[in-house]
Parts: sequence; structure tokens; C-alpha cells
Amino acid sequence: MARVMLGGTLKSLAGNTPVLEVDAKTIREVLDRVGEVYPSLLPILDRVAVAVDGQIYRNQWFAAVKPDSEVFILPPMAGG
Amino acid sequence: MPLEGDIAQRKTTFKQIGTRPIRPDGVDKVTGRARFGADASAPGMLIGKVLRSPHAHARIRKINTAKAEALAGVKAVVTRDDFKDRNDALRDVLVNCMARDKALYDGHAVAAVAATTAAIADKALKLIVVDYEVLPHVTDVDEAMKPGAPILDKTMFTNNVEPKPTKPSNVASRCEFALGDIKAGFAKADVVVERSFKTEATHQGYIEPHACLANLGPDGQGEIWVCTQGHYMIRNTCADLLGLDISKLRVTASEIGGGFGGKTTVFIEPVALALSRKSGRPVKMVMTRNEVFRATGPTSSTSMRIKVGTTRDGRITAAEADLRYQGGAFPGSPVELGAMTAFACYDLENVKAVGYDVITNRPKQAAYRAPGAPMAAFAVESVIDELAKKIRMDPVDFRLKNAAKQGTKSAYGPTFGPIGLIQTLEAIKAHPNYRAPLGPNQGRGLASGFWFNFAGQTCTTLNVNLDGTVALAVGTPDIGGSRASMCLMAAEELGIGYEQVRTIVADTSSLGYNDVTDGSRVTFASGLATIMAAREVIKKMCARAAKTWGISADAVTWEDGQAKPAGSNAGNFKPMSFKEIAAASHSTGGPLAGHHEINADGAGVSFATHLCDVEVDPETGYTRVLRYTIAQDAGKAIHPSYVEGQFQGGAAQGIGWALNEEYIYGKDGRLQNAGFLDYRIPVASDCPMIDTIIVEVANPKHPYGVRGVGETSIVPPMGAIANAVSAAIGVRMLELPMSPPRIVHALDSRLKKAAD
Repeated sequence: MARVMLGGTLKSLAGNTPVLEVDAKTIREVLDRVGEVYPSLLPILDRVAVAVDGQIYRNQWFAAVKPDSEVFILPPMAGG
Repeated sequence: MPLEGDIAQRKTTFKQIGTRPIRPDGVDKVTGRARFGADASAPGMLIGKVLRSPHAHARIRKINTAKAEALAGVKAVVTRDDFKDRNDALRDVLVNCMARDKALYDGHAVAAVAATTAAIADKALKLIVVDYEVLPHVTDVDEAMKPGAPILDKTMFTNNVEPKPTKPSNVASRCEFALGDIKAGFAKADVVVERSFKTEATHQGYIEPHACLANLGPDGQGEIWVCTQGHYMIRNTCADLLGLDISKLRVTASEIGGGFGGKTTVFIEPVALALSRKSGRPVKMVMTRNEVFRATGPTSSTSMRIKVGTTRDGRITAAEADLRYQGGAFPGSPVELGAMTAFACYDLENVKAVGYDVITNRPKQAAYRAPGAPMAAFAVESVIDELAKKIRMDPVDFRLKNAAKQGTKSAYGPTFGPIGLIQTLEAIKAHPNYRAPLGPNQGRGLASGFWFNFAGQTCTTLNVNLDGTVALAVGTPDIGGSRASMCLMAAEELGIGYEQVRTIVADTSSLGYNDVTDGSRVTFASGLATIMAAREVIKKMCARAAKTWGISADAVTWEDGQAKPAGSNAGNFKPMSFKEIAAASHSTGGPLAGHHEINADGAGVSFATHLCDVEVDPETGYTRVLRYTIAQDAGKAIHPSYVEGQFQGGAAQGIGWALNEEYIYGKDGRLQNAGFLDYRIPVASDCPMIDTIIVEVANPKHPYGVRGVGETSIVPPMGAIANAVSAAIGVRMLELPMSPPRIVHALDSRLKKAAD
């Protein structure tokens, strides 16, 4: 089960939840599981960044998630 | 996607990468042939101008455009009524382009006209009558957060706080990033420093103002020529705001005279299209400098509290930040990025950063290189410097002892892969400037900084011409010399000369979607797509050679720009060069081209350390920067001159941000210094020769090891310069800019304190 943690405003939106463990093989599956558990996050989940084992992805549904992956769901991020 | 298949084919030795050829757009730019945003024209073109609010906050009761419309030469007038209101994520963008029920800041667009001449357009603006009900305003972030502050949006209640607020507020939301136990961490500290800081808003300061030429016909088909960091963003946003099909709007990006993040959104483009649609004529709009300052995005102004504790032997035990960023009249300041980056340079067990996104009666902030990070870094690096002094530890050694490295759990959560912060610190420590003697009134400071770097959606096509030259089409506007880097990467892969590749920025109808040029992404992402497109061409060329020789394609290999039989078993054929295969292409299968589309990720975070020496005149408060040295991790420098240019540009902008640049508002809420005479950006005489050290810790997610370099260099300067100025005058400087009046005030306060 991948360990999923929420960062910043997402954590607050989910009621300051600690670690969530989900059975998922891709980022899309992680987001689906998180959305099921925390419907309050649904409006924002299609815009979040997701860090899998330290690598940050934006809009990347099919990136692989391993059973022992560390997953952080981070707020939408953009540069200049 | 991250590296997969052929992308994983890493290169570590290069023939072209790392060389410094002349930039392909150089001659055009120095001879004036390059065409920027304002250089476009069209037959029958009208001139568009915008009427802007003189009030910081006012209800718009009525707009009467009758007299303006009746003026000879006026062909169209648009107001809020010409833009359909909406209730989605783009509403703030729309309202920022054209005010609806209220003018929310001095300079907010209220109406626009298109006329046959600029003089008539100006006259028409004066004939528009706007009935305003002036409202109380607030421009300071701390004032905006106080109970009783004028409320900009009575429907806004602070998000992410418990209990849910019952009263509206200018605080849009709260965010928090935390690790460990902050209280326990501070209990372990021998020395704690806690300070409050403020920074003023600064503008990106691009020399070219926003400009566009829009032409939208009655059939709903249109074109825009525009200076922008993202012409696909212009297309999609404008099409959405005006109710057009995306396919019917074609956008061409002009050359760009600076962007730095400020040209990643729309301002005048939807207005120009609306005027064109209404008048049936092409409409050209060029902002004045006054408009650029009053109505386009500066960065946030901030108010911050930083607290850091350390043991006497230099191990940080806890770090805490409260960050308050105002993002103008709409939510969306980069405070969350500030909170994530504030302590990213450090390996910390106990850390907490809280951010508040605040709205005020100022223009909507826009991205500015590493948005949100520089202000937080200024505050954090100032406290780190003070702690190092208190425990009598060398500031580089203090940072080295606490530096983030591979395997460190970052303060914003994820664990770092290979990173180069330690290498930048060691490079600075080894540089002669770190030991240069200092004279009276001189001080030395250093600071480190971090930025994420991003990649994103990218699409590239590489066409091979019959003469063996290559036309490379990318969709990412070149804001920092990226065409030269693309030429180098294509040439490296194909084994041909740099001069044989010409890179253009294609229009939106010629190439698939590309994200905006932002996030330090282009050399990484467009470079990755270019490499993959080139590898596709090589594969096709090998197949053509195989057919010519009558052998299997698998029996052909590519070396040094030539197709060769893979071994003696493949046959004895004379190698075919890139040029020979290109010349025969019409008879071997037709045109040769490579294409690649990708949603790239893995741009690789980067770190920099800056070292600065200053001399402060105690009589006038004037600060002269004596020496400036930068060490930054670039992963792999494709064109080292442009990497150094990015480093130096960040330092130059940082010198302005640190010492002079600020938005100054009067009591009436109007911007007092909307021009380069009163808003002082650094000129050549303000900058010393800036020394650069390119650190190369390869990014494992790029075939050459590239990391983004465009933004990290703006993160450390304010901290480095503040530490140098504080050392020079013996007073800790807590506000930016450290302009002469502020320094004189700080020195006077010190003298007064000593006398008391």
C-alpha cells in the first residue's frame, strides 16, 4: 500500500488528516482513492501536483506508483 | 512522462553541448530587424486604448460611452457589457481584464476604445463618463488583515481555518507545511533568533510593454500577434473568454523583450479581440509604461515572521515561518510556494511554515521568477546569517552543517533525489571572493536559495531539408536564448553542425499544444522533445540507408552524423552522411521529419548560493555592490553563456529588488511611481562584474542531465545583499528595499539607541 500524504491547503481541506494508505498503481488511481475518502478535495484534485518518491508530477495520471512509494499530494504549482 | 524507452539513452560525452556558439537571433536583435509585439501592423488597423480607474476601490454605478462612440474616427467601444460574466476559475482573469461591478485598484480597466488614430482614441477615452462611488481602500498586507479593514469582496470567507469564519475577510486562505514537533525542537535550541520582515512589491521590469495586434472576423475566425511567454495560453484563454472555438484562433508569438513570469497571463489580448470583433477591423494595442506598472502583475508584497533555533555547535533544531503575502485584488498570491520553499535548503526535523493569501486594492500579482520563493528566502537567510554570527560559526559552514542533500526529507514533504546545494556552498567557500579583504563601511553576505523547476506539455517537430539543414519548430517562446540550446541539442543528436539547424517558435495552428514558457522548463522539456524528435529522424535515416543498401534496418547504426553498417556481417558499404541521406530523401520515401509530444516531468530541483560584498555610504545610505559571485546547479549546461546569463540576470534583478525597487502607494491608494524615473531598476553602473560558477550535478531525468536554471538565481540575492548591508552598517535590515532613506533611518536609529 502506497503511503499518501497531503500538503498545505489540501491537508486542511481534508481535515488535517495524517497519512493515508492506498492500493494504487498509478497517480490516477491514487487521486481516485483520495477523492473517495475526502470528497472535499474533489474540486481541486484535477489540478494538484503529485510527488512520487521525490519526483514531482503535474497532470500525469499514468506515472507509476509502487506499493512502497512515498506519495505527496501538493497544491497546484507554477513557475514564472 | 519521466524517462522511458529511448529517453533513457543517456549521453555523458558531447561534441556540441557545452560550447558557446553565437545565438541565432542575435543579429536580428542588434540590427533592429527582430519584430517585437509592437512591430506588427495590418491594413485598416485601428488603435486600441484602455480607460483605467483613478480610484483604488470604487463601485461602478454607470458607464456612459455615448459621446465617445459618436466621436468621428471611433469604431468601437467596449465595457463590461461586452464580456459575458462567468462563475468559474477564469472569472478573476476576466474581471482583471475589464472591471465589472467595482474597480478594485488604481489602473483597473473600465472601458476601451478602438479608433483610427491614437489621438482620437485618447480623446474618446476622455469622453467616457464613469459614475463611481468611491469606497474605502487598503493596500498594505498587514492592514488588510486587521479587523475593521475595508473588505474587497463580501462573499469571501477565509478558507482552511477552524472554526469556519462567520464574517468576510481579505484573507482568502491559510496553508501550512509542517514536519516533526516544532515546540520540542525549539526546546532543544541553545540560541533562537526571531525576526519580522517586510518586502514591497516589485515589478518584473521587462523593457518591452505588453503589445498585441488582434484581428477577429465576423465568421469567428481570428488571429493575434502578441508578445507573450505562452501563445497557446493566449489562444485558449481568449477563446474561452470570448466564446470562440480554439481552432479558429491562431496566435503567433513575437520576439519578446523580457517576461520573467509577467507575461504568463492575459491583460489586453481579450480586449483587443473584443474591439476587433465589434469594429470588424484589426486592432493594435500597446501598453504605456504607466499602464504596465499600474495594471499588470508585480509580485506580492509581504510581511513575515521567522524563528529559527540552533545548538551552539551549529545544528538547527527547529524553524518556523509565518508568511503573509498580498496578491492584489484577487486570491492567488504565491504564498503557498513561499511556505514550501522557505526552508527547502535545510535538513530539518522540526519545521513549520504557515502562509496567508491576502487580497488588497492593488493590481493582480503575476508570476515573477520562482514566484513566492525570493521573499521567504530573504527572511530565512537573514535569520540564518544572524544565528551563524551568534554562535560564531562561519556562515558557509553553518549552512553546510544543515544543508539538504540526497535523501533529505524536504521541508515541504517529498524526499530529495540527487541535488547540488552542498556543491554550491563548497564552490563559494573555495572562491577567492570569499577571502577578499574588506575595507571600511564594507560588508559581506551570502545566502542560498531553492526552486522546484517544472516541465509540462511540450510538442516539437524537426524537419530535414534536402540540403541537409534542419528546421526545428518548437512551441515555447524563447525568453532566454532557448533557440540556441535547441539548435545545440538537435545538432548533438544528429551529428551535424550547429549552424545547420534553425529553430523557430511556431504559431498555435502549426504545432500541438505547448505549455507556457515558465517554471524554468524550456531547455529541459522542449530540449527533451527535440532530442526525441532527432532520435526519430535518426531511426528513419538508418532505415533509408538500410533500404539503399538492401540490408535490414537493424543492421545499421548511427555514428557521428553517418549511417553505417553495424558490423562486418551487415556488409561492406560506404557510410552515408546526414546530408547524403537528406539529399536522396525524395527518392527513398519522401520527406524526413521527426516529431515528439510529451507531458514532461522531472525538470530537477535546483539550488544556488550567492556571495555579495557591498559598501554603504553612511552619509547618504547609498549602497554600492562591490563583488557578486554565484554558484548554481545547472545539471548540465547546454550553452554555458546562457546559463551564466540566467545566473547574472537573477543577480541583477535581485540587486534592484534588494536596494531600490518598490511600489509606492499614496494615502489615496494611487501608485505614486508608475515609471522608470521613479521606480528605479538597476542599470549597468549599479552592477559589478558578476562571477559565476556552474555546478553540474546531473539530473537523472534528462538524457543530458539538464536542470532548469531560469528562476533559482532570483531566490538568494535579497538575502545575500541584506546580509552584506547589515554587516556593513552594523544594523540588521528587516525591510526591502534597503533604499538610501531606509539605511539612513537605520543608522540614525542605531546612533539614537547608543546615545540613549
